[in-house]
Amino acid sequence: MATAFYLMRRLALLVASLIASSALVFFLLRLLPGDLAQARLGIYGTPEALNQLREEYGLDRPLTTQYFSWLSNAIRGDLGSSILTGADITSELLSKATVTLPLIGIASLLAVFFAVPLGMLAALRRRKWDGIAVSTVSQLGIAVPTFWIGVIFVTMFAVQTQAFPPGGFPFGGWADFGGAVKSLVLPACTLAFAQGAVLMRFARSATIDVIQQDYFRTARATGLSRAGALRVHGIRNAMVPVVSVLGIQISTLIVGAIIVESVFALPGIGQMLLQDVSVRDYTKVQGTVAFITALVFAVSFSVDLLLGVLNPRLRNQ
Amino acid sequence: MKQRNSTLVIGASLVGFSIAVFLLSFFWTPYDPLEIKPELSLTRPSAAHWLGTDENGRDILSNIIVGSRATLVVAMVSVMICMLLGVSIGVATAMSPKWVESPAVFGVDILLALPTVLLAIVLTAVYGPSTSTAVVAIGLALSAPVAQVTRREVKSILLADYVTAAKTSGSGSLRIVRKHILPNLRASLFVQASGASAIAILAEATLSYLGFGTPPPDPSWGRMMASLQQYLIVAPIFPLWPGLAIVITVLGFNLLGDGLREALDPTLRRQTD
Amino acid sequence: MLLQVRGLTVRFGDDVVVDDVSFDLDSGQRLGIIGESGAGKTLTSLAVIGLLPDTASVQGSIVFDGVELLEKTDAEMTLLRGNRIGMVFQEPLTALNPLMRVGRQIAQPLRIHRGMRMKAALDRATELCARVGLPDPERMARMFPHQLSGGQRQRIGLAIALACGPSLLIADEPTSALDVTVQEEVLKLIDGLVKQEGSSLVFVSHDLPVVATMTERVAVMRGGKIVELADTRDLLDSPRHEYSQLLIRAANSSDDDFLNLARPGKT
Repeated sequence: MATAFYLMRRLALLVASLIASSALVFFLLRLLPGDLAQARLGIYGTPEALNQLREEYGLDRPLTTQYFSWLSNAIRGDLGSSILTGADITSELLSKATVTLPLIGIASLLAVFFAVPLGMLAALRRRKWDGIAVSTVSQLGIAVPTFWIGVIFVTMFAVQTQAFPPGGFPFGGWADFGGAVKSLVLPACTLAFAQGAVLMRFARSATIDVIQQDYFRTARATGLSRAGALRVHGIRNAMVPVVSVLGIQISTLIVGAIIVESVFALPGIGQMLLQDVSVRDYTKVQGTVAFITALVFAVSFSVDLLLGVLNPRLRNQ
Repeated sequence: MKQRNSTLVIGASLVGFSIAVFLLSFFWTPYDPLEIKPELSLTRPSAAHWLGTDENGRDILSNIIVGSRATLVVAMVSVMICMLLGVSIGVATAMSPKWVESPAVFGVDILLALPTVLLAIVLTAVYGPSTSTAVVAIGLALSAPVAQVTRREVKSILLADYVTAAKTSGSGSLRIVRKHILPNLRASLFVQASGASAIAILAEATLSYLGFGTPPPDPSWGRMMASLQQYLIVAPIFPLWPGLAIVITVLGFNLLGDGLREALDPTLRRQTD
Repeated sequence: MLLQVRGLTVRFGDDVVVDDVSFDLDSGQRLGIIGESGAGKTLTSLAVIGLLPDTASVQGSIVFDGVELLEKTDAEMTLLRGNRIGMVFQEPLTALNPLMRVGRQIAQPLRIHRGMRMKAALDRATELCARVGLPDPERMARMFPHQLSGGQRQRIGLAIALACGPSLLIADEPTSALDVTVQEEVLKLIDGLVKQEGSSLVFVSHDLPVVATMTERVAVMRGGKIVELADTRDLLDSPRHEYSQLLIRAANSSDDDFLNLARPGKT
């Protein structure tokens, strides 16, 4: 019963956060003086055409009314249409998402797959040379901007060796499955490297925490080796901070995806957002940012749920 | 048993180096970074141009030296903003009654969820790309984590006995803040500032790379890398230089923050296994 | 002779924390190690089971059942730990993994050293819960540590340490973190179990009355050295070292009766 109540509260918080953040972005974007209708029609804007456009987009109504009508549509999945091209935002978002979401997904899996064991290794052997070496690499890894890693990967694997394409995505999308996968390899590795470095540091400190716990010593006293004790007792305990960091990292992952898409010229949500920003397509930016924040909050929420599963003590709170 | 804090030393040296380069940029550079010499386009590193020249024949080393201005100015100003804002909000919310604190915490959480760069991009959409937009956006975005951490720390300081004693002896809130809270926060603030600087520099570099930061012709490391990327096939080594500059500076601040944390927080000394 | 310690010295850098410690322990015998915090008692016991921190350097000799332990690698020691040598620690809450049910934690040594499958090991773990005096052992075994009381957790700790029937049990301040009322129960439990198994016991504590009731020989430690090593009865009647006298006087002032509680020597 307590669990259900906890879930309800978290859900309510989630909804409130979504509304608040979309409102923030909405009002922020409308701060700029200048007529949106004028921007669209340019010099061809006759007064009648301008008025018609304004009515169509509801630009003549008070700002708060505009926001609420946007919100009520957004809840039903309709994010409106681009003020510059008139195209439907939701469908364009979804089609671009077919590039971005797999990119993020593969990158996260890669990051966790490599970061967690490496972090544990770095912790176990933290006074030996290999543990120190791994920590140093991760220290460098977090100092390196994502785009730089991308450029290096392009140089090494696409320009010098031509094993992978230096950018772009097959024209037919996922219909060309092999081509699509090939295009995502370097970008995903780039993103995974950056994320992995951060995750690794957390995995390392979480593991060191576990090693310093009394129950670790008890485990050793029962005849487990240090690696064995980590395996039996440590992994679950070490995963708790790692999973919660992953939840927080989702927003940096998305930003990372935006950057990586720029480096590798991938037709994903990130690249679309950058273009829309430079041409000041407000409705699209609004819709895209709302989509992104919804994604971030949804992931955070799921991570909280996961943490509840991993840590039985949290369930009663 | 004194432990040499090599992290702190290395971090401080790297940061010192960056600041030295920054100061140098006002007095001397090998060449005028803005001088275009098309005949020298993309020359390899040589005695005349230590790091080579870019696609317009501009000396890369000079551009990197002057580029440190954009980086460090953005870092310093945005960190000042985020620390001032973040600490004030953190202290104020920690000491406020529940009905003020809860919505404030909610607001901070929202801001926390919006990634720094994303917020900066949105603001750029409104105000156009410029150094000041970047500074404001980064400062604003980073104030959220600072506020959150500060709030938690202040709350735990408030629980300390000596604060209760001060309250019962009649000290007003402002006095408590001044005499008890701020001094105890000092160490953590230094650490947070270092960390925030590192993030700010990375954010500025990223924004510049994407075209949303310092506009041309002022040199900026991120933008340099974006323009040099187009010539990778011909000159693969060039993007290395601005990247290296970024890495060294960010690494410096990260290590400085880690080193400060080690040095200033004795409670962090743990038992060895 | 089950355990022979000769000239055991433990250093952290230049700091000598255990200084030339020597003692013998025969099968079924019980030795108490008493001293204030920092005297080196815990480190001595950790040295025997081979769980000193990496940063410690050890010299001397620890011969267990004819084998020199200090020459063994960590991998070799894992065969002994939890199997022939068991250890119980002071702080029951933190000594158990908070995310794992206690029954599973008891099952661990059984799986490692007896090769039992999980189901069999869990069954045996439930039996062990009963053996350490826990009511409703099936339900207890499925609990998480935070759902149990301090005394119950310490019983679990004992169950884990004794699961494979070790010939040597090391108890490091096992009751110091417990309520006074529970202490006696747990001490009685340790007493009974050790007697049943015929194990030897090394009992480390800062509490002289407790050590006196549990052991027949006592080593008094101070500053890393053993300042006196004698039969318990002899120590209580006529302590030779002034520090021992100090300890007894201090204990006397809080518990008049304990001299009579002291365990008679085996001989």
